[in-house]
Amino acid sequence: MTYAGKILLTASALALSTGAALAQDTTVIGVSIPAATHGWAGGMNFHAQQTVARLEETYPQLDFVLATASNAAEQVNDIEDMVATRNIAALVVLPFESEPLTGPVQALSQAGTWITVVDRGLSVEGIEDLYVAGDNPGFGRVAGEYFTEAMPDGGQIVVLRGIPTTIDNERLAGFEGAIEGSGIEILAAEHGNWNRDDSFTVMQDFLSRYPNIDAVWASDDDMAVGAMAAIDAAGREDIQFVLGGAGMKEMIQRTMEGDAMVPANVTYPPAMIATAIEMTAVGMVSNAPVSGQFTIGSVLITQENAERFYYPDSPF
Amino acid sequence: MTDTAATAPARPSRRLPPMSVLGPVLALIILIAVGAMLNPNFLSYANISNVLSRSAFIGIIAVGMTFVITAGGLDLSVGSMAAFIAGLMILVMNAALPSLGVGLPVILLGIATALVAGLVAGLINGLLITRAGIEAFIVTLGAMGIYRSLVTWLADGGTLSLAFELRTFYRPVYYGGIMGVSWPIIVFIAVVILGEIFMSRGVFGRHVAATGASLEVAHYSNVNTNRVRLITYVVLGLLVGVATIMYVPRLGSASSTTGLLWELEAIAAVIIGGTVLKGGFGRVWGTVIGVLILSLIENILNLTDLVSPYLNGAVQGVIIILAVILQREGKTGK
Repeated sequence: MTYAGKILLTASALALSTGAALAQDTTVIGVSIPAATHGWAGGMNFHAQQTVARLEETYPQLDFVLATASNAAEQVNDIEDMVATRNIAALVVLPFESEPLTGPVQALSQAGTWITVVDRGLSVEGIEDLYVAGDNPGFGRVAGEYFTEAMPDGGQIVVLRGIPTTIDNERLAGFEGAIEGSGIEILAAEHGNWNRDDSFTVMQDFLSRYPNIDAVWASDDDMAVGAMAAIDAAGREDIQFVLGGAGMKEMIQRTMEGDAMVPANVTYPPAMIATAIEMTAVGMVSNAPVSGQFTIGSVLITQENAERFYYPDSPF
Repeated sequence: MTDTAATAPARPSRRLPPMSVLGPVLALIILIAVGAMLNPNFLSYANISNVLSRSAFIGIIAVGMTFVITAGGLDLSVGSMAAFIAGLMILVMNAALPSLGVGLPVILLGIATALVAGLVAGLINGLLITRAGIEAFIVTLGAMGIYRSLVTWLADGGTLSLAFELRTFYRPVYYGGIMGVSWPIIVFIAVVILGEIFMSRGVFGRHVAATGASLEVAHYSNVNTNRVRLITYVVLGLLVGVATIMYVPRLGSASSTTGLLWELEAIAAVIIGGTVLKGGFGRVWGTVIGVLILSLIENILNLTDLVSPYLNGAVQGVIIILAVILQREGKTGK
């Protein structure tokens, strides 16, 4: 057991002995998520706050603690604090990174706390009671399938990748698998880090490097915004479309309005945190079984169904 | 070139500039040669214009940073400050749009907002450092966190976007220009020329260097060191405002990822250019070379398949260290 784990166990034992009397009336659910450092995380924070506010009204016997962390160490501290001061009965966690969070969450699980893990899995299997996950290989595959459909005769594309992570690798692998043998050639793939400015720079350089590019898989809507600004500025007519991802409201709107440059989108909903909190709450207040794995599939958004995915109030 | 190689090590000649001057220039020339060899489009007008325009943000900030570092200071807050000012500018312009309408007044209001915000932010940093006597590292580290959080809060965790009509109107400030030279490049050149004049021709530059070399000696030599240091931070803040004015029309948005790590890029550019990190000696033109080296590395890596994209950061790190070794060689030799 790790050092942090030991501290956590001691802390939870202490909290159990002192807080038992208090905890009888209300059940406390802890929610620990990364801070809003980029568009997607911003949307996720928004949905987490909304869900917590709604559920606290629906279930008076439930109480929520929501903490946002800007790095893994801070997240571990947040969870320790929740255990020590609020005696949480369940934890919904979207791990900042898998490795550093595995020990502390495992200790909590062994102490009997219900664990819901969202999006990023932990390094050891079987810790969590419920796993709500996005489908990263599926995200790439759906995008790849769209390319094979939109470009039946093949073509040359460039790819903007995210921050170097497992998520990014799985997406690219899914994409490459889907376009295999279709005649679509990836000229180059560089990291735009899910960031508008970085993808703008990378796209400008791609445009200097290749006189003909048929389409761009930007793999994220923030990166699509940067890439399209670079294409506009260069005045290039050869690029038929840019496919982003994750469903930013401005991009969904353009798809809805039939913009030829943004013909589609692939979901990777930040609202999956809402699914996780909701299911955990249901598990706490009812007999409905909620343990297991729940994968939220990535679906293709086109002009026909775009309206269903348009959330004008969300910051993302 | 062969002359230099033959005579420089043998006998330090008055006609030849020392290695500390030649080093960064040589590194830049080598990079340009490598780039031109690897990709024929490297020297094309479009690529050079792209690279220079995008260097302008860091470049304008780095000129201000040269003064701060020469005076013995440091500012880690410039990246988040730029993000915060960009966010503020967008909010103010969007708010004024209904009453002022699309046109020059709104843009001028935005520009004024950026300059005033930069000035005030620089003043706060400078006053805390000179009047309250807190370490520059701590003050600006704190400010870095504050501005980054503020922009995240202003944007509600998402992205602040300029109203669409305004974006179209304001866009030429980044993409337009005179005779094919875009505005960011023109402003960058103007800032560099002014900076160079102040640093190497005026009394102010001598006071800045004296302050950085030794606070005590400068003080007894009748230099108002507190005022000199305060001015360097205010100038830097103002230049961050100028850089933001150029940045906002590019994508018309600001978020918590805007200006990430700009402070480190600016500091690296200053040091590559030959300014001494602990103060006392600064070179504005060297900073320009430093900025160009940094953006060219990134550009060349994007234009070729030389290394795995995972290693981009490593290549940058190696070249930064090499560029500095190249100029230090000469110094120890003398």
